[in-house]
Amino acid sequence: MIAGVVAAADGPDFLAARMQMALSLGWHIIVACFGVGMPAMTLFAEWRGHRTGDLHYALLARRWARAMGVLFAVGAVSGTILSFEMGLLWPGLMGVYGEVIGLPFSLEGIAFFIEAIFVGVYLYAWDRLPPRAHMLTGIPIVVAGVASAFFVVSANAWMQRPTGFQVSGGRIVDVDPWAAMFNPATPHLTVHMILAAFMVTGFVMASVYAVAMLRGRRDRYHRLGLLVPLAIAAAVTPVQIGVGDWAAHSVADGQPVKLAAMEGLFRTGRGVPLHLGGIVLKGELRYALEIPKALSLLTHWDPDAEVIGLDAVPPQDRPPVNVVHWAFQVMVAVGFALLALSIWLGVVWWRRRDPPRSRWFLRAVAVSGVASVLALESGWIVTEVGRQPWVVYGVLRSAAAVNPAPGLVWGFVLVTVVYTVLTIATVYVLRRLAADQPVPVAPQERDVTSFRIV
Amino acid sequence: MPLPEIMLGVLWVGLTAYVLFGGADFGGGVWDLLAGRAEGGRPRRDLIEHSIGPVWEANHVWLIFVIVLMWTGIPPVFAALSSTLYIPLTLAALGIIARGAAFAFRKVSTELPQRRLFGAAFAFSSVATPFFLGTVAGAIASRRVPAGIAKGDLVTSWVNPTSVVAGVMAVGTAAYLAAVFLTRDAQRVGDERLAEDFRRRALGCGIVVGVLSAAGLAVLAWDAPRLFAELTSGRALPLLVLSVAAGLLSLVLLWRRAYVAVRLTAALAVAGLLWGWGVGQYPELLPGVTLRDAAATDSVLAASLGALAVGALLLVPSLWWLYATFQREHTAPAAREHDRR
Repeated sequence: MIAGVVAAADGPDFLAARMQMALSLGWHIIVACFGVGMPAMTLFAEWRGHRTGDLHYALLARRWARAMGVLFAVGAVSGTILSFEMGLLWPGLMGVYGEVIGLPFSLEGIAFFIEAIFVGVYLYAWDRLPPRAHMLTGIPIVVAGVASAFFVVSANAWMQRPTGFQVSGGRIVDVDPWAAMFNPATPHLTVHMILAAFMVTGFVMASVYAVAMLRGRRDRYHRLGLLVPLAIAAAVTPVQIGVGDWAAHSVADGQPVKLAAMEGLFRTGRGVPLHLGGIVLKGELRYALEIPKALSLLTHWDPDAEVIGLDAVPPQDRPPVNVVHWAFQVMVAVGFALLALSIWLGVVWWRRRDPPRSRWFLRAVAVSGVASVLALESGWIVTEVGRQPWVVYGVLRSAAAVNPAPGLVWGFVLVTVVYTVLTIATVYVLRRLAADQPVPVAPQERDVTSFRIV
Repeated sequence: MPLPEIMLGVLWVGLTAYVLFGGADFGGGVWDLLAGRAEGGRPRRDLIEHSIGPVWEANHVWLIFVIVLMWTGIPPVFAALSSTLYIPLTLAALGIIARGAAFAFRKVSTELPQRRLFGAAFAFSSVATPFFLGTVAGAIASRRVPAGIAKGDLVTSWVNPTSVVAGVMAVGTAAYLAAVFLTRDAQRVGDERLAEDFRRRALGCGIVVGVLSAAGLAVLAWDAPRLFAELTSGRALPLLVLSVAAGLLSLVLLWRRAYVAVRLTAALAVAGLLWGWGVGQYPELLPGVTLRDAAATDSVLAASLGALAVGALLLVPSLWWLYATFQREHTAPAAREHDRR
């Protein structure tokens, strides 16, 4: 896998820049998912607690809000680094095309502002506002979180399907920022990402309570802590499978070479098979399980349809096939496994209004958190590595966009060290938070020296 | 007014807000560093944490706002700056991570060793980050970042007299603003002793920053003569005068314990400096690159400015409400916690 990336690189600094971007984005994307999904879950628990007077919901809401405070802070700073890195690492992209994707980023700035303001109020003024007013302050967080995801991903979608500009003599002359923002990849990419955020949040949160329940804590508090996020994630999962199919069709239309890499298809042809597994050796996919005509059927709803292969472009214009092919398979496999888990919960719930009692169910939920993150990262690798060697698909090569200054390798080393420490500290703090017994009245306020225990 | 000028003006408003509000949050970290030993410094640290907690994330967004407006409004300048100055910008970015994460981690930690560790990370990065951002400002002000991608010297562009002065000034003004704001915060929660303590710090820091500014002007005369000329005899002179007058008035107000009024004058002193630099350098953004050369196409500027105008309708009342909510409180966290023990 690493070899595939190295082969596509043009030197150590270019490789370092790509790895640094991959590390900081791959890190941020996880926290960002919680930024999108967690406010909704927390608000739902708070609302249920208020409506039913069930203290367990209220406790869950407060506990989640505390974790949300940490995750939001870490997400805010790790997201800021990305906006720095856009210029530090890819000045060739931003210096020319920065203005084309400026509009969604400006809108994202506003959305993030709203999010940060209301997160401040929601977390710190919990006991200072009446319950109804407090819940209302949570709504802008949910809306702005989803909107942020939409705007950022629409800018990324533009890199996949660049539209809305004219180039003349190396300069951008005519920009339609709205057309750039609503490019052909925006609809499916944004929906796919936002749903993924709810899946990751739901499965990860549920997995924490599944682990606790496997350790014997099966009280109502833990059962609700598992059920609420899991139910939301399970409801989203079947929709996500459908959106994934929609996304694949769109990629087949707009980025056929990426689709060929996802499927490990080297030769253009009619009635092509679907490859499961396999590895690319010497320009050929080997050891793959073939399902005859299935790829043609899946991409064009016609078993004899033509599907474009990697041979449509010269080798230097192809993405690293092993990475993209395997990332795609992992994402799809995990997606279907999560679908199976969702169906299990749905069927048992439908029959007896209670989640499955089997320990295997709890084990599956405990694993689903890590699995959903794996699917998230794989899907993101498919999107971004599959776009290579282009930073703007078909327009600008990544190697032409990178900062030519020497020493980027050392920046990457430093960033890796910092992110390692950050990861350890974040996991440590979140684990401590989960192990903490008392839950303060307000999640953030006055917990410095002492707090009243609910 | 033409669109590029409006865009630059909005960008500078964002930068001013970041320096005033985000800067004060960094300054809080500076005072956290200088608060003393764990037990003795506890009331100071609690007040700092209490003041920064609900607002720092919103204040931090101004930086993202400035960066995004740069690549949207003046993309070639953004590319030139971030490529030539990638070393201080990377260090500032890592400082931002350390500051924000450590602050949030300390907030939820209860045991002393962890609080110490996260507190140290928070405090040191609160000094380092504004310093590196200041060196970037110095690099631009002393015309050391040429147009084009990575065309400037990777080291001397930000390791030079103007950059060092700007870096130290950034830390100094951040600490000064924080001390001024914290004085009133301490008074509002009813802790007069703490208010006195921060008043002394604000006075001392104000004098240091004043002397530094004078020294900084001398450095500019030698290292950035063009900007110096504009500041001392050109268009920017009124703003420099405003800054100096507001700075001196702030010292008087602090001396007379007018803690609310001094918030305004201290902010004016800092903003005057910032706008003096902006007006002094306008319209040249980089050597040989004017605003007109670098500005994005009008369709982009119009769309982004329009979006921001609509966004401002949502943002301004929300921000106002955020600050009002947390400035309204009249109870003392420290005193109350002492009672509870």
